[in-house]
Amino acid sequence: MLSIDRSIIDAIVAHARRDHPDEACGVVAGPVGADTPTRHIPMDNAARSMTFYEFDSMEHLRVWREMDDRDEEPVVIYHSHTATEAYPSRTDVSFAGEPGAHYLLVSTREPDTEEIRSFRIVDGVVTEEPVEIVDAAVDPNAVQSYMFGQSPATVDYECSGR
Amino acid sequence: MAIEVRIPTILRSYTGGAKVVEGSGDTLADLLTDLDSRHAGLRGRLVTDAGALHRFVNVYVNDEDVRFLGALDAKLNDGDSVTILPAVAGGAFGFAAAAAIASHAVSALR
Repeated sequence: MLSIDRSIIDAIVAHARRDHPDEACGVVAGPVGADTPTRHIPMDNAARSMTFYEFDSMEHLRVWREMDDRDEEPVVIYHSHTATEAYPSRTDVSFAGEPGAHYLLVSTREPDTEEIRSFRIVDGVVTEEPVEIVDAAVDPNAVQSYMFGQSPATVDYECSGR
Repeated sequence: MAIEVRIPTILRSYTGGAKVVEGSGDTLADLLTDLDSRHAGLRGRLVTDAGALHRFVNVYVNDEDVRFLGALDAKLNDGDSVTILPAVAGGAFGFAAAAAIASHAVSALR
């Protein structure tokens, strides 16, 4: 299960929409061992392609060093598919080099709705996992009306059974 | 002559889990040969059968990508820090061409 704050998901989706029809990519870092994504880092797609993404090698080094210095790790590695479903392609599986990361895919093929799915990719094996979107950053002053509205505090996206 | 080498998670099975190892060599090629003598198999994950650096592995000397320093011929000095990072790449491009690229890719890291 990937548990992630709504504000981070919103930022990832905004990034994917901004770069559409090219694929967008990035990282969400979090404290080592905590499995909690806390710091969204949009990355350049050095390939600038509608069907391929690749981190810029110098930005990659800088961001990985920075995570190291802050005792963080890449909790989420995300990218968008802009014309196909949010499911890892053979290419994605071949390149997946961070066995500890959640591979989050966003499909922007529909203009009004996003498909958001998360996977573990270890030794070439893809396993889908549920995504729990958490409203952690609720303004305390707004809690009362928020509760009154009975908005759900979390939304679970279940695996689609593939 | 010690050169610090930072090993990515996916290759730590070759270094007994160590995140940083030390090696020596006047060039990156020499360093990888030296490392392979203590961490057997590591070099094969970074260098192709044809003797070139894998396209989808990034190797840096200090703050420079070795592709701009002569790749395997990059010169090393005592006190240099070498960082290895598997490229983060992928995409919807999932056709025959992808398989061709992937055969040179990080799949080789497994």
